Amino acid sequence: MNEVIQGLKLMPIDYYIAFCSILFVIGVIGVLIKRNALVIFMSVELMLNSINLLIAAFSVYWNSASGQILVIFVMVVAAAEVAVGLSILVVTYQNTQSIDMNLLKRLKE
Amino acid sequence: MKTLTALVPLLPFISFLVIGLFFKRIPKLLTSVLACGTVLISFIFSIILFVDLKNGGTATNVTLFDWLPSANANIGFSLVVDQLSSLMLLVVTGVGFLIHVYSIGYMHDDEGFNRFFSYLNLFVFSMLILVMGSNYLMMFIGWEGVGLCSYLLIGFWFKNQDYNNAAKKAFIMNRIGDLGFLLGMFMLYIQFKSLDFNTIFSQTGQFQTGDTFITIATLLLFVGAIGKSAQIPLFTWLPDAMAGPTPVSALIHAATMVTAGIYMVARSHALYILAPTTLLIISLIGIATAIVAATIAIYQNDIKKVLAYSTVSQLGYMFIGLGAGAFTGAMFHLTTHAFFKALLFLAAGSVIHALGGEQDIRKMGGLKKKIPITWLVFLMGTIAISGIPPFSGFFSKDEILLHVYVQNKIIWALGILGSMMTAFYMFRLLFLTFFGSFRGTEDQKHHLHESPAVMTVPLIILAILSVIGGFINIPAVFGGASSLNNFLSPVFGTTQTSAPEVSHGTELGLMAIAVVGALALIAFAWARFVKANRIPAGEETQRYGLENILYHKYYIDEIYNLLIEKPILFLSSLLHKIDVFVIDRIVNEFGSVTVWLGARARLVQTGNIGFYLVAMVLSIVAFLVFGLMI
Repeated sequence: MNEVIQGLKLMPIDYYIAFCSILFVIGVIGVLIKRNALVIFMSVELMLNSINLLIAAFSVYWNSASGQILVIFVMVVAAAEVAVGLSILVVTYQNTQSIDMNLLKRLKE
Repeated sequence: MKTLTALVPLLPFISFLVIGLFFKRIPKLLTSVLACGTVLISFIFSIILFVDLKNGGTATNVTLFDWLPSANANIGFSLVVDQLSSLMLLVVTGVGFLIHVYSIGYMHDDEGFNRFFSYLNLFVFSMLILVMGSNYLMMFIGWEGVGLCSYLLIGFWFKNQDYNNAAKKAFIMNRIGDLGFLLGMFMLYIQFKSLDFNTIFSQTGQFQTGDTFITIATLLLFVGAIGKSAQIPLFTWLPDAMAGPTPVSALIHAATMVTAGIYMVARSHALYILAPTTLLIISLIGIATAIVAATIAIYQNDIKKVLAYSTVSQLGYMFIGLGAGAFTGAMFHLTTHAFFKALLFLAAGSVIHALGGEQDIRKMGGLKKKIPITWLVFLMGTIAISGIPPFSGFFSKDEILLHVYVQNKIIWALGILGSMMTAFYMFRLLFLTFFGSFRGTEDQKHHLHESPAVMTVPLIILAILSVIGGFINIPAVFGGASSLNNFLSPVFGTTQTSAPEVSHGTELGLMAIAVVGALALIAFAWARFVKANRIPAGEETQRYGLENILYHKYYIDEIYNLLIEKPILFLSSLLHKIDVFVIDRIVNEFGSVTVWLGARARLVQTGNIGFYLVAMVLSIVAFLVFGLMI
């Protein structure tokens, strides 16, 4: 186990930060430019998981287990959120035969 | 004694509560019995208290409860019956009782019968608190209470807008005076840390005569008296107050309430004696009022208005007496005036009653034979007020004028002039009302009748009092004992010049001048209004010079209207415009700007989720950037 940790620590933390930032920005851009609700969902998951990865990396770097526990928590909450979100999507699809987010504009009227 | 003292004001108050709360249910008979009975019992108690004091008893102090307990000064709800308030008690309850009885007859057909008596009882209660209160605050409660009752009763027939205006006028003018009274009270409190009469008066020794502080405080208190007792410049409310029912004019605006100012000054004599400047001002205002009101009365044609101006004038005499330091004389004149002026008003009420509401003396005349009792008692009252010996007005007015003569000859001469005018206008009123031929309508002539016994009996009693009332204080020159002087001496003590240093010859000479002057004017009035049978000209007649000015009451109402009312109305309409166009505008602009911004902000809510997300992300980025910059 220690060798694994040592191996992981070989890579500088800056790389993790840069990688996770890129993933996060991809997620943000995905949310912003996509109209398909499913893809937006995936982008949201991408943002969540980029943060998860960063937390895990820091947790190794600081030799602290609490970061990994937090990651588990975030995953649980994300799973719950996905369950709710997907069910909304299903209902939306039943009503409109589409999962285009812009159609939800009609709720305004 | 203490129980009796507390019961004197309490009984009318209970009666007020009962009648006031159940005035729709209880019959007129019960109201009459209750209202008159409680005042009668109060009167009997007052007599008991008076007799006790007369036989050498000491003043009774009753503290019912601690009203405003505080560290500096404890103001109790306390009553005092000493010689001075005992005299006032007799006047208030005695004359009050007679007027109550008279009102039963006078108000019999009025739908507001019960309401009227509840107000009347409340008035008696307030007046008793005023005269029995043993500190300035208690006096002020009564002071305001009688003002309130005066307002309610002037505007008793509230369906007439003129009457309501008269009521408001009386109330507002009294407020001006009350402000002075309050300020005077505050000054006394600051100096003495107490409002109790005994506490204050026992500390006056530390002040020099003419002390500025005392002068200002007494002047402020006197402003209160000016308002309440209808002196220049606040006297115009009293003639208008005649809008109330006649018993009200007799009780409130002749016998009791308007004399509250005299009572207050007499009560505070220990302070006033230290302020010669104030006393001089009181004298000057008193004489000016006496003369001005008397001259106006000469040309008035409303029977009650003449009596009202006469009241103002007589109150002026009382103030002259106070100003000359003749406190007993002023209280003496107050008492006799209560008798004969109440009598005159009630008799005038009887005349009005007989004529079915007519008040204009130009439409009366020849009533002597038709209503003989009223005529006789009216004659008694007129002689008494004119100062013909041995009627009561002679003694009291003479005592005041004697003191004034010692102090200031000019004021004395003016006083004699005023008393001669009094004789003239009172006999003018008498002659025009009762002599000559009847000038009213045929209808009224048929209807002429003497008032019922319930009205005439109080008149007769008051007439007797008016005739013999002066005997309570016969001066030494007639071999009298000056009983009232001696009775009141425990209160006034050495503060007043009780026996002016004049020889009996001078005193008799002064009396002779006054009496001869009055008789001459009566003869003149006889020649003019009975022999020559002259009737005052009608409303439309063009009048010239002095007559015109006097007929229009020196245009005082018009001057006040111009100098005070108009500027105030202008100012308030200006402020109203500022309120509407500036302050309201600003408030409304805030509202419309908010609505406008809301309308703009509403456009952001497009419903486009993509736009929301962009806005959200950009905002977060902006926050982050902002955070980094700091």
